[in-house]
Amino acid sequence: MNREDFPLLNNDIIYLDNSATSLKPKSVIEAISDYYNNYSANAHRGDYDLSFKVDQAYENTRELVRDFINAKYLEEIVFTSGATEGLNMIVNGFFANLLEEGDEVLLTTSEHASNVLPWFRLVNKLGIKINYIPLDDNYYVTIDNVKKAITSNTKVISLAGITNVIGDARPIKEITKLAHDNNIFVVVDGAQMIPHEKVDVTDLDIDFLAFSGHKMCGPTGTGVLYGKKELLEHLEPINLGGGMNESFDNPEEIYLKSLPTRLEAGTQNIAGVIGLGAAVKYLDSIGMDKIKEQEHFLRKYLIDRLIPLKHIDIINIESDSGIVTFNVNKIFSQDVAYYLNKYNVCVRAGNHCAKNLKSSVGVTNTVRVSLYFYNTTEEIDNLVELLSNYDKILKEMI
Amino acid sequence: MDQETKREIIMENYMHPLNRKRSSDDYVKVNTNNDSCIDNIDIYIKFSGDIIEDITFEGEACAISISATSIMISNLIGKTKEEALDFIHNFYAMTNGENFKEEIMQEAIVYEDIYKQGNRKTCATLPFRGLEKAILDNM
Repeated sequence: MNREDFPLLNNDIIYLDNSATSLKPKSVIEAISDYYNNYSANAHRGDYDLSFKVDQAYENTRELVRDFINAKYLEEIVFTSGATEGLNMIVNGFFANLLEEGDEVLLTTSEHASNVLPWFRLVNKLGIKINYIPLDDNYYVTIDNVKKAITSNTKVISLAGITNVIGDARPIKEITKLAHDNNIFVVVDGAQMIPHEKVDVTDLDIDFLAFSGHKMCGPTGTGVLYGKKELLEHLEPINLGGGMNESFDNPEEIYLKSLPTRLEAGTQNIAGVIGLGAAVKYLDSIGMDKIKEQEHFLRKYLIDRLIPLKHIDIINIESDSGIVTFNVNKIFSQDVAYYLNKYNVCVRAGNHCAKNLKSSVGVTNTVRVSLYFYNTTEEIDNLVELLSNYDKILKEMI
Repeated sequence: MDQETKREIIMENYMHPLNRKRSSDDYVKVNTNNDSCIDNIDIYIKFSGDIIEDITFEGEACAISISATSIMISNLIGKTKEEALDFIHNFYAMTNGENFKEEIMQEAIVYEDIYKQGNRKTCATLPFRGLEKAILDNM
């Protein structure tokens, strides 16, 4: 659905790598062009009309995002370059000042590198400990396993809302309830969740959330860090500089601006943020429930057609998103991707930045198809046709 | 060499690569991987003075990388370091679409057209970059 909104789909390409990045609709591209063509002044320099217009557009995105995830306050929405920067700010700006030697952080083995490596640094710097919530047979996180993994030293649970290899959704509301009953903070990596379903941070009671703009029809280099206001107040800015300070005379007298400005030092990605606003509007105009429903329909359509192919080993028959991860018998995933590329089918091969997952799944590299609402059953038919002939793959993979 | 023969040589070396095994401590070990993809190979080299006495490898990589590793091994065991470097530099020239000494390339000629596929060129050169580093570190 809505294919006419995406200029790239006018090319003869079957794009099935939406978990890496989504395509951009015309409205987003035009919003960015409009800024550069017609009012490309800096923000927060409201001495002239042009700059005032920039402020309005930039801050309008903040309101759109606040509403999109149902945050209580505008100050809780901080623009970043993406989920990676958001997670690093949370870990290095907040938890690095709070955690002490022996404190425990709970992760899972299916987390993306951005939700692992920042914590590893705190292990090395502070002597905190990382424990992993065990995954069940379908690589899912169950609330029982979270309960079992919590100890008296657990201070943080940090996990993806939906993962990027298996596509499983975590029971976030149950986890935050359990965590808060035990005085544990919950950090959610929303990179693969926010683009695909309605998320209400207030209802879910999430402490911190980070996500990227480019996976939700927005521009690359944009993202959002959400934090509960009372927590965000204690998040130390990683970047100091223009735009975020009130005044300074000497090292003892530095006065910073209030939230969220003090966490957005330097000239921001204004065009990107304006584009992100257009993306939020665009997704809202379709409706997140409708997007989710279409993705699930497409995923089931694909799974039903892959299951009969005996040479295809599907890693995640069960999943809550548009992600289907598989291997073709005895063929390296990258060779499968090269083969499909010959027919203009774009899929991802590799470990998908979840290098710890191999310890749970037992497979290092896989082919990943990730669907979004603009994919079609015809595209899936084409993919399945290409995958159904094992000899053809073997013949044409080099 | 026709395309079908090239394909057969690549597939044979991919399915049954030469010396795919870890080696002992008297071998020099070098890891080689690609930034842009998931090929990841450890190469083990045994030097005997100036001679490359043996090469083995292990790791996960695509058909092009594995086959290129196998072909590299079968052509460079027994060569001097200088001869091996000459082979490697000719291989780079060939995969860049530049002039190269065809007569020394042996089976490696199967990759002569790979410069037309930018994303696979790095796969073919992967083992050669690893071996080159090991040789230069042990000159």
